[in-house]
Amino acid sequence: MSSARLNRYLTAMICCVTLFTADASRAEEVVVYSARIEQLIKPMFDAFTKDSGIPVKFVTDKEGPLLARLKAEGKNTPADMLITVDAGNLWEAAREGLLRPVESEILETNVPAHLQDPLNRWFGLSIRARTIVYNTHKVKPSDLSTYEALADPKWKNRLCIRTSKKVYNQSLVAMMIAEHGEPKTEQIVKGWVANLATDPLSDDSKAMEYVAAGKCDVTIVNTYYYGRLMKKNPKLPLAIFWPNQDNSGVHVNISGAGVTKYAHHPQAAIKLLEFLSSEKAQNLFADVNMEYPVNSKVKTDPTVAAWGSFKQNTINVNKAGELQAEAVKLMDRAGYK
Amino acid sequence: MEVEAPNGMETGTGPETGIETTNSQGTKKGFFSFPTSSRHASQGWRLIPLLVAALVLIPVGTVVSSLFTPAGEVWRHLAETTLPDLLANTFWLALGVLAGVTLLGVSLAWFTAVCEFPGRQFFSWALLLPFAMPAYVTAFVALGLFDYIGPVQTALREWFGPDLFWFPNVRSRTGVILVMILAFYPYVYLLARNAFLTQGKRSLEAAQSLGLSRTQGFFKVALPMARPWIAGGAMLALMETLADFGTVAVFNYDTFTTAIYKAWFAMFSLPAASQLASLLIVIVFAMIILEQQFRSQMRYAEIRQSARAHLITLSGWQKWGVTGFASATLFLAFLLPVAQLAVWTTRVFARDFDQRYLEFLWHSLLLSGFAALLTCSVALLMVYAARRHPSRATRAAVRISTLGYALPGTVLAVGIFIPIAWLDNQLSEMAMQLFHMETGLLIQGTLATMLIAYMTRFLAVSYSPIDSAMQRITSSIDEAAMGLGLSGWSMLRRVHLPMLRSGIFTAATLVFVDVMKEMPITLMTRPFGWDTLAVRIFEMTSEGEWEQAALPAVALVLAGLLPLIFFMRQSEK
Repeated sequence: MSSARLNRYLTAMICCVTLFTADASRAEEVVVYSARIEQLIKPMFDAFTKDSGIPVKFVTDKEGPLLARLKAEGKNTPADMLITVDAGNLWEAAREGLLRPVESEILETNVPAHLQDPLNRWFGLSIRARTIVYNTHKVKPSDLSTYEALADPKWKNRLCIRTSKKVYNQSLVAMMIAEHGEPKTEQIVKGWVANLATDPLSDDSKAMEYVAAGKCDVTIVNTYYYGRLMKKNPKLPLAIFWPNQDNSGVHVNISGAGVTKYAHHPQAAIKLLEFLSSEKAQNLFADVNMEYPVNSKVKTDPTVAAWGSFKQNTINVNKAGELQAEAVKLMDRAGYK
Repeated sequence: MEVEAPNGMETGTGPETGIETTNSQGTKKGFFSFPTSSRHASQGWRLIPLLVAALVLIPVGTVVSSLFTPAGEVWRHLAETTLPDLLANTFWLALGVLAGVTLLGVSLAWFTAVCEFPGRQFFSWALLLPFAMPAYVTAFVALGLFDYIGPVQTALREWFGPDLFWFPNVRSRTGVILVMILAFYPYVYLLARNAFLTQGKRSLEAAQSLGLSRTQGFFKVALPMARPWIAGGAMLALMETLADFGTVAVFNYDTFTTAIYKAWFAMFSLPAASQLASLLIVIVFAMIILEQQFRSQMRYAEIRQSARAHLITLSGWQKWGVTGFASATLFLAFLLPVAQLAVWTTRVFARDFDQRYLEFLWHSLLLSGFAALLTCSVALLMVYAARRHPSRATRAAVRISTLGYALPGTVLAVGIFIPIAWLDNQLSEMAMQLFHMETGLLIQGTLATMLIAYMTRFLAVSYSPIDSAMQRITSSIDEAAMGLGLSGWSMLRRVHLPMLRSGIFTAATLVFVDVMKEMPITLMTRPFGWDTLAVRIFEMTSEGEWEQAALPAVALVLAGLLPLIFFMRQSEK
């Protein structure tokens, strides 16, 4: 093959490839990187596609790798949207400059101010409340009051808790730092550790099962784990207590999303984000996992509503990201494994 | 390059020349004796290990390059708080698992390879089955059954009252070590068995005729002769242990890997995480070199491939003892976890099973098959090239190429992804300048990328068995082949390949099943919509839905069994 001919072939080939892919990127669609897993996100995407005619492509992974991926891909990233299951990672994505600000009336109305980025780079879509669960045979609700009070020596050998490596506990402690400052928070966490009946556990369900089996009396968990466990075994002697109702309120985290800085389909992505916060999607979004909707116009799922209403902590959840590293260090110092 | 490939009858090639060349590198400088016709091809062989090493060095280098980014704060914090504990935890875990897998793997391999006992043929392949079980699944099931809230302790509490102070704490160091031994012993078992099967009985018979007892024969002859295999298997188990995150997370047992993920996911410092991971590489690299230093003093070639001799007969209580031992291992490492998974699966099957599982299964099999093919081919070429050119550079290249396995999966996945994305961005930039076209990303999200990523991770796994098998082939065979005018490809194809058969099948089995279980690289590099069984397990477990994860886990185990049995039969033909 002569070199001129070879050149022509190569050019033709590259053109073909480029035409093909360029065409694909122009088509109206939304590409999502999601740390929220398929079964908790696909129903909403399907609803969106049905509603708008815009197809949604997505890939799931843990937050860390997804952020590293967005960063490495830079302005060629195929992703238009990032979805996470905590505020900390959205804060980190925003700090890394991976998300763009979105100005939207709809989002401002649907998402309460403390559940979105002050600079509008991400928005909460469902609320994950972290609360106290106790053994109904051994504890009276009047014995309980706040997260902080679980550090009291009267709970010695009565507390079970999930590992500090889980982001939900990191967020909880970060928010406590935001409220009380580091020294006081460290005292509280040390108190928890001193009260543990057994080494920290690998997940919330395990912690509740320990409480139900009588190894300990109280624990701190996300409500949907309670919902799942009770659905499976309604006879367990467990109940929810809403702490801190007389002061700061129940600690909440979010599952949320933002539009990527280099989105190729920003308009469609914003449309999807607005859809997810709308009344049409909010029930679905929260109910698939027994979470709470962010949109106050939407009614909570009856099972979830039966746990009672509560006052939530209204410090902006971006503090959870900002103080997360501090919280992790503090928990290490306190010996909370 | 100091030493060229010896090509004449004077020295021969093969690992035993490794000793000669190390001892006499100075004196042999400039030794060129091969005929010019084969010289060109020969140079090509020498390049293979270097090229592969370069390929693996890219992701590993990406991780290590983090050393230039300051992350002193995270280090300081770790050193002041948890690091001493983490190091102690990691040390004891590594030591315990290493000792455990060696004892369990070697003894089972010895019994099934050379002793006659009831059920021997069944156990020879059945004892491999635990390999299809991801370690974190075994861990979860073990905890689920034996922990405080599990059925065993709950039942015991009902009988003996609430205080079971005598019941051992399962969420403990011993607990993690036991689970990992049960999960990782197949590495040693498979390789050691291969060694015992191929080493022939003549040397053992010779030992006995010299007055050694059977036990002495095992320790003085069979065991030392199986050394590269055992060390190779134990090394794989060790690397897997050091890189593990899933199993230790289930136990909430903090190791060095825990610190890596904590720095990254919790403290948002990927550089600090990469630096910690680099330290892990250095440790493993040092251990590989140490092990090979010990080993390079010996030669392992069998004089002749001997026909399978008769098996050792055991006395009555001995043979039933062995059967009991093998049964107990199989029960704990495989039957029990599978039974628990089966129970969970029946609860979720109707709700969760659909035709998509066929797709997951197909993707898993396809990826594992191609990855095994690619990885084993590359390993074979490397082993052969290293045999033909046992120079220092080759040996270094070989060692580097197997380092990917020592890194925690997610860290390696990022190490692979960053250079690929960089290359992709360059290409797209070029296309923009040349053709004014927006190409998007071309390389990533292709299956080729995925397969190369798997290769960088699992090369160590395929290298070990093939390399050990190559050491069985005496250099005189190469010499004879050369005398017949064979070299390069034709020698590999016509002389070595048939003799490496069992080693290659062992390697393929290991890589195939390992890729099926692999999660982080699959998650990060899969094309849109290319979900596998492992991805499905990830989705279920990441929200704590362990029972629902049972369905894909069972599918994964079943899918892993088929190739396991197939390869096993092939390798023993």
